[in-house]
Amino acid sequence: MHQLAKRIQESFTSGFVGASEWRGDVAVTVTRDKVHDIAEFLRDDPGMDFDYIVHVSSVDWPDDEERFEVVWEFYSIRKRHRLRLKTRVPESDCVVDSLTDLWKGADFMEREVYDMMGIRFRNHPDLRRILLPDDFAEGYPLRKDFPLRGKGWRDTFEFLDERS
Amino acid sequence: MAFEDQRTTIYKVDPEHPESETLPALRTEELLLNMGPQHPSTHGVLKVIMELEGERVVKSTPVMGYLHRGVEKLAEDGTYHQFIPHTDRLDYVCAMYNNFAYCRAVEKLLDLKVPDRAEYLRTIVAEVQRIIGHLFWLSAQALDIGAMTVFFYCFRDREILLDWFDELCGARLTTSWYRIGGVERDLTPSLISKLKAFLDYFPPKIDEYQVFLEKNRIWLARTKGIAVISAEDAVNFGLSGPTLRGSGVDYDLRKYEPYSAYPKCEFSVPVGKNGDTYDRYWIRMMELYESVKIIKQCLEQMQEGPVMAEVPSVTFPPKQRVFTNLESMIQQFKLFSQGFKAPPGEIYCGTEAHKGELGFYIVSTGGGKPYRLKIRAPSFIHMGAFDHMARGYMISDACTIFGTYDIVMGECDR
Repeated sequence: MHQLAKRIQESFTSGFVGASEWRGDVAVTVTRDKVHDIAEFLRDDPGMDFDYIVHVSSVDWPDDEERFEVVWEFYSIRKRHRLRLKTRVPESDCVVDSLTDLWKGADFMEREVYDMMGIRFRNHPDLRRILLPDDFAEGYPLRKDFPLRGKGWRDTFEFLDERS
Repeated sequence: MAFEDQRTTIYKVDPEHPESETLPALRTEELLLNMGPQHPSTHGVLKVIMELEGERVVKSTPVMGYLHRGVEKLAEDGTYHQFIPHTDRLDYVCAMYNNFAYCRAVEKLLDLKVPDRAEYLRTIVAEVQRIIGHLFWLSAQALDIGAMTVFFYCFRDREILLDWFDELCGARLTTSWYRIGGVERDLTPSLISKLKAFLDYFPPKIDEYQVFLEKNRIWLARTKGIAVISAEDAVNFGLSGPTLRGSGVDYDLRKYEPYSAYPKCEFSVPVGKNGDTYDRYWIRMMELYESVKIIKQCLEQMQEGPVMAEVPSVTFPPKQRVFTNLESMIQQFKLFSQGFKAPPGEIYCGTEAHKGELGFYIVSTGGGKPYRLKIRAPSFIHMGAFDHMARGYMISDACTIFGTYDIVMGECDR
């Protein structure tokens, strides 16, 4: 196991789920309730020193019991190392702690994840849709059950009916 | 007399308290201003709702997504190769960088080694694209601030390079020249001589742009001390590229995580001090000189060799072979119809584009299409810091701040 993952495991025995290293990327999976604590540790611990948030993302695994995976990528400009933090969120309770109080850049990134995948962030100061219009009522487009061509409203355009 | 009447109707003198006939205290309230969609200098369709106190910005809320095309969703429906033309349309001003960043990410996913000559070609073209990007940025920023002459001079030189791109790959903007495993074709002798001629021609022109601006009082007044962001805040907001380096943070992926031919080239990374618009301008000007240096070194060091990796399951065969060799034709057909299967796993790969860190996070489940593809677009993340950077400045500085990010909405909204 990578030493960064080992440090996290030692400091958070209860929240640690697993770690992997592939193609040089270190990824640590943690439980949802510990995300904020671990993120704070990652930022403030002198050995970790992750001062830079790279991106917040999410992956939909419809067949899994805990359907959504939220992914954060951190970088340390001083230590020059990289870490990916992941957690699982069930569809019935799609909430995870916001990290906006630790990294201000997380604000827009989390809003995008909410907009595209419908994962809500607790304590986010302004959790609204960001790329789609506020009144977009068709759901969350990056979920796997959202059809690529949208939910059929394109077929309701009148000029399309005239042709047939 | 008419004036007297007007005054009484406006201020409504209370007859019971005639002393109040003197001017009452002025009522003040915050003004909410919709800037956009499509203010001419917003570099794309964008709206910002600004709370103003007089002409000062108290709070601003960017409203984005006018150019949202669901690129990440489209990526899940096509093969890895099919996504390359989509990346052209992210940052449509500098398509080569998007191709580059995407191809690097897929190569990391496949653990694919690119031939040496291809690495040099990639670096050369990426730096040419950086010059184009910075020239475009400089012209747009100067135009926003009111210096129109620079615009024409920058576009004159940008045009030379766009024509060079045209000769290289047949397109000026949506290039799709990079391929997974290499590049589409080699530089011809004519292209190399044209590039060399440009490298001799260009550095004096950079001095020329600076002459226009660095002694221009209006330019200095509107860039020095405007939109200051401290190093801590810039890092905390996740800014990258010249926007971060302007605040004095020496963060450049070309140096930190060297890739392509960058480790073999000598170049310096200019870093600012004050974190204001002027420093970010200065960094971009210095980067133009550095780009010229990098391209010259690459042209010198480059050796003959293949420009595409030979991995039949992933890379396309050379076109000549497709028409003469049956195996190559089958390979071509299979790659175009089904694509290749990537190993299951997930990677993040960041590339230093001229705007900042352009990254791709790809999740693969072993199929021929990406299971999830996330684009870390620098423009989008820079917009997150807009409110912080605009507070306390004038409305007219808002255009300067959009400009200083070098924002392109195609990339911001994806």
